Amino acid sequence: MPLLEINSLTVDYPTRVGTVRAVDRVSISVEKGQTLGIVGESGCGKSTLGLAVIRLVPSPGIMTEGSIMIDGTDIMRLSNNEVRELRGKVGFIFQDPMTSLNPVKRIGDHFVEFIRTHEKEVSRQEALEKTGKILESLGILRERTTDYPHQFSGGMRQRVMIGLGLALNPKLLIADEPTTSLDVIVEAQILELMNKLKKDYDLTLILITHNIGIVAEMSDLIAVMYAGRVVEFGPTEQIFENPLHPYTKGLLESAPNILHPERSMHPIPGSPPDLISPPPGCKFHPRCPHAFEPCPLREPFLVMKERRFVACHLYD
Amino acid sequence: MSLRSYVIARVLLTIPMLLLLLTLVFLITRVLPGDPVLLHFEKQAKPEAVEEFRQRLGLDKSLPEQYVDYLTGVLRGDLGKSMQDFSPVAQQIFSAFPATLELAIFGMIIAVVLGIFLGVRSSRSYNTGEDHVIRTFGIATYAIPVFFLGMVLQLVFSIQLHWFPSGGRIYPGSEPLGLNLGGFHLATGLYTVDSLLEGNLSKFVQALRYLFLPSFALGLVLCGIFIRLTRTSMLETLRLDFVTAARARGLKERTVVYTYALRNAFLPILTMMGLQFAALLAGAILTETTFSWPGLGRYLVDRIAFRDYTAIQGAVVFFGLLVALVSLMVDILYAYLDPRIRL
Repeated sequence: MPLLEINSLTVDYPTRVGTVRAVDRVSISVEKGQTLGIVGESGCGKSTLGLAVIRLVPSPGIMTEGSIMIDGTDIMRLSNNEVRELRGKVGFIFQDPMTSLNPVKRIGDHFVEFIRTHEKEVSRQEALEKTGKILESLGILRERTTDYPHQFSGGMRQRVMIGLGLALNPKLLIADEPTTSLDVIVEAQILELMNKLKKDYDLTLILITHNIGIVAEMSDLIAVMYAGRVVEFGPTEQIFENPLHPYTKGLLESAPNILHPERSMHPIPGSPPDLISPPPGCKFHPRCPHAFEPCPLREPFLVMKERRFVACHLYD
Repeated sequence: MSLRSYVIARVLLTIPMLLLLLTLVFLITRVLPGDPVLLHFEKQAKPEAVEEFRQRLGLDKSLPEQYVDYLTGVLRGDLGKSMQDFSPVAQQIFSAFPATLELAIFGMIIAVVLGIFLGVRSSRSYNTGEDHVIRTFGIATYAIPVFFLGMVLQLVFSIQLHWFPSGGRIYPGSEPLGLNLGGFHLATGLYTVDSLLEGNLSKFVQALRYLFLPSFALGLVLCGIFIRLTRTSMLETLRLDFVTAARARGLKERTVVYTYALRNAFLPILTMMGLQFAALLAGAILTETTFSWPGLGRYLVDRIAFRDYTAIQGAVVFFGLLVALVSLMVDILYAYLDPRIRL
């Protein structure tokens, strides 16, 4: 049984000028211990998808269709209290560590409060002890639990966020652009740390990013999203060696390739569609170099092709 | 910097500020055109009588001498003598102040509790019917003049329903005595506190009944500011990442709203609390007049009508000291609430 199974999930944001379908019938499954990378441009729905897994889609968004199963539990059926409990079991790391901690709360109190919300029998002293251990394992001195967030650097704050994500030994960790706002050296340290922790904690990891290089390094599976849809989903190696969807190809060609530095980069022309009035048929067709007759008419289904899923009329 | 050294530094900074304030008040009252002493005499008055009046108030000395007298006087708690009856101004102010302080405290509590509670609800139900109702309520109460609201409250709750007295501070003759232990006497002048010190519960209830209508009128009028401020500040804070991150950790919604969002949204509210409280301490003139409340506001109105310049100068100094004290407390609370300010 997969640890996470998302089935035909749809998330809508009703606005005054129309409904934005941020996530459109997305189906993904991840086995225990795997790392899934979700890639796509800004606004493709990848962050909304991540938040949907812990039922934290920001207002006014609503999940209109589909189901999300975590370890066999349908999270759509949970009561509000059960959702809170679930959130204790799924770690979540946010993009900007500079703003993800409460500025008026000591670092240690973030942990104590979190641990004691979910494990009521734990005393404050025990929780602090555990916090010290977690911080030390992340390379932060135990004494710093009494410091405030503003006394920490960006990289350290992201370590704290990771520590918070792992404090209750979750099975699933979702990281939404965890290194985007860090400089490259700190980024490398954080990624290395996450790789190590993944083994130590036997984690299933969902890594949401626009950086295809990070995905190549970290993940077993890749889901490429475009305008709310998953357009290609499969094992990382195969997708990198032989991308099928024109959008995936475009993404790979628009990033530098360290193995083939002589290859020049080709940006994808145009920009992502306005999701209030998306183009008919395949939403990528106005930017697609291979578009032909059926593309503006029908939306392609996600079909199995060469041991992966792809949604493109080229492979119907 | 630790909280303690911040507080010490902030207190020390208050000293030059007060000196500047005292000097300004002194200079301004001297620079203003017209001789305040002459206002109290007919044109044909004998110069000797005028001169004697001037001497009794110490206004015949040179300006530097007056300045030194005035500063040492303030340090000793002496704000000069009233032009009306030559009794010490400080004493008059101190006897009127507790009434004002009590009204200000209860008015502020009602305004802040109501304002923050409704503001938080309003921000959490953003753009729904509840939000619109609360916002309209806030604007409406703020727009109603306090004397009108006061009169309506008197009409309904004291004249029609007889629930509360329509004015005054307590039934004449039943002023609470405070604590009296042998030779030791303690009275704050706040009737609610003094009645409890005296251990007289019926006087306490009575003091509360007299206090209720004026402080409710004041609180209702002021709560609109706090509703709007809390709502705006909360809407900004609720969108911040650490609030989403707190929810993602499965913390209770109450914790998220109050200890994450509200505590961070609180600084502008605290500033406004300080400003409003300081303003109330100068006497809520309209409220005090409507409810015959014997406070500083009514004292000032009386003195202005009498052109009692020394009393007015004393009141301005007193008010200045209060503002300095309140802003000192606000700054210390700031540092307590937000560790980043202690830097």
